[in-house]
Amino acid sequence: MSPATASSHETSGAPPERDALGVGGTPRRARAQSLVLRMSQYHTLAVAVVLVLLIVFFTIENSSAFFTISNFRNVSLDASATMLLAVGLTFLMISGGIDLSVGSVVVFASVVSAKAMEGLPDTLGTALLGLLVALAGGFAWGLVNGVLIAKGRLSPLIVTLGTLGAAEGLGNIISGGADLRTIPPSLTTGLGIGRFLGVPYLLYITFGLTLIAGIVLAKTRFGAHTYAIGANEEAARRAGIRVDLHRISLYTMTGLLAGLTAYLLNAYFGTTTITGHSTDNLEAITAVLLGGVSLYGGTGNMIGSVIGVFIPAVLLNGFTIINVSSFWQEVAVGFVLIGAVGLDRIRRRHLESP
Amino acid sequence: MKKRTEPLGSSGLSGQGPPQLDPRLVATSSGHIGPSNGSPPASTPVLEARGVVKRYGHVEAMRGTDFAMYAGEVVALVGDNGAGKSTLIKILSGALQPDAGEILYEGRRVSMPTPIAARRLGIETVYQDLALANVLDPAANLFMGRELLRKGVLGKLGFTDKREMRRQTADAFEGLGINIAAATRSVAALSGGQRQGVAVARAVTWASKVVFLDEPTAALAAMQTANVLELVRRVADNGLAVALISHDLPQVLEVADRIEVLRLGRRVARFSRADASADALLAAMTGALVQKDEEL
Repeated sequence: MSPATASSHETSGAPPERDALGVGGTPRRARAQSLVLRMSQYHTLAVAVVLVLLIVFFTIENSSAFFTISNFRNVSLDASATMLLAVGLTFLMISGGIDLSVGSVVVFASVVSAKAMEGLPDTLGTALLGLLVALAGGFAWGLVNGVLIAKGRLSPLIVTLGTLGAAEGLGNIISGGADLRTIPPSLTTGLGIGRFLGVPYLLYITFGLTLIAGIVLAKTRFGAHTYAIGANEEAARRAGIRVDLHRISLYTMTGLLAGLTAYLLNAYFGTTTITGHSTDNLEAITAVLLGGVSLYGGTGNMIGSVIGVFIPAVLLNGFTIINVSSFWQEVAVGFVLIGAVGLDRIRRRHLESP
Repeated sequence: MKKRTEPLGSSGLSGQGPPQLDPRLVATSSGHIGPSNGSPPASTPVLEARGVVKRYGHVEAMRGTDFAMYAGEVVALVGDNGAGKSTLIKILSGALQPDAGEILYEGRRVSMPTPIAARRLGIETVYQDLALANVLDPAANLFMGRELLRKGVLGKLGFTDKREMRRQTADAFEGLGINIAAATRSVAALSGGQRQGVAVARAVTWASKVVFLDEPTAALAAMQTANVLELVRRVADNGLAVALISHDLPQVLEVADRIEVLRLGRRVARFSRADASADALLAAMTGALVQKDEEL
């Protein structure tokens, strides 16, 4: 915290002596409280600094391998697999919800999409059919989650733990437990590995959607309602926000994004990747928490989640390049996560007992 | 209990000016009339409950309660725990539905199936728990569910006009004499009194007719309480009908123009401020004093 920001908060903190509506805490307490609030407000900046430091560190260690365009492309592609799931979870967790089923929904959607394209000619129509089926698969699971949670008043943790098993199980039943390689070849060569101006199509799609979602979250009424529901659901209800409908649309949106992720991954790999998604949910949730979304809802932003997706991706990539066991990445991410959530906890304690 | 449907008396608004006797009363009732019964002003009530009944299972929380609110007036609703104060306010703000009886809005019979329906009539409630989103800023709280959209295409796309909302929030605070810095980033950083101010400002910003306050000072220190009461007075002076639930009799006597006493789901007494005393209120609350029906 620079002295400048600390003192600027003094003026905004409405010192008790000028407080027309009664006396707040003591000035000293108010100052301590505002410092913590300040820190939490700069959470995004803090994780951005962590990311930059990581990049600087790996560049110093091995710049010829790490600090290259092709390596940045690789890191971004790694990150993009989690990015869209993290986008959905950013909305959900800001609203006070959570979705553990995203990885299983990816499996299910990729399987039904590949199955739908099985035996069809390698045309644009087939590719579009595959896209529709993948989105529909994701949509359906999102709707199930949303309706059970919003209308059935069931715990999101339990409902999505249930659909986590159900979606993966159904995916395995449909595929027979083995990966399907029925992805049209031109889908892979086109969408999957095609590039424009040296940047893969996948990155345009993933980060373009992330940008749009970030704007929706920060600037629109839909975003404002998402924050309001997470900050105080009862107040949001009394304010006339259609909380149940909003929750259902958030879960459905997350399901749709999982469906799209499945389609993009199918296109990229040219096959389904049934066994590759068992920790997608945790990776996405970790990214969102790293980025500063509170487990208790109401705070956070999309930029934080993007950074939160990149920190583990850069760690994994960097450790590999400098020949450190990639298992250390998991260790490092674990501690960074605990640090981020710890900061959130401190902030919450001050928010709830002012 | 059969109620007179015409308002009593012809005294001025806000219980100010000398109350006058209604000649019809003198003719029909037997010596119980007089200014001491807290006759309401001689205009149509903005909001009125007549013979409202509310049952929870076999328990009757409201047993034919009457209640009236007038523009520019602070009416206090007092009563012991379980007297039905909160139930009555919930019914009048659309949060609960009565099992019998009627609600009149500016003399017309209305139904308010939801709080949102009540809000459309210009009725707002400040709940005891304030219903604020602590991690959001004051403007987000004031405009929660009623966000202002930007003009033009962006507005059509759902983009909110945060600058305008902040400006109007600052205006609302200034108009009510609430000192909260515009740059405040979360309501949690405010004192209890300031948060009460945000909740009241939100209600007042959207209320065009009626504001209910449920124990607005229960959690506040003495000085904050004084400020909130002053704010309540100002809201009524701006022409709104204000109903205040409170346990604090000295406070009620200080701020209310009229006082209505509930006991066991019924209105048992009405007082104008001039004629009320803590003893009389207590007597009515505990059942030691019951004004005759004609007086009520």
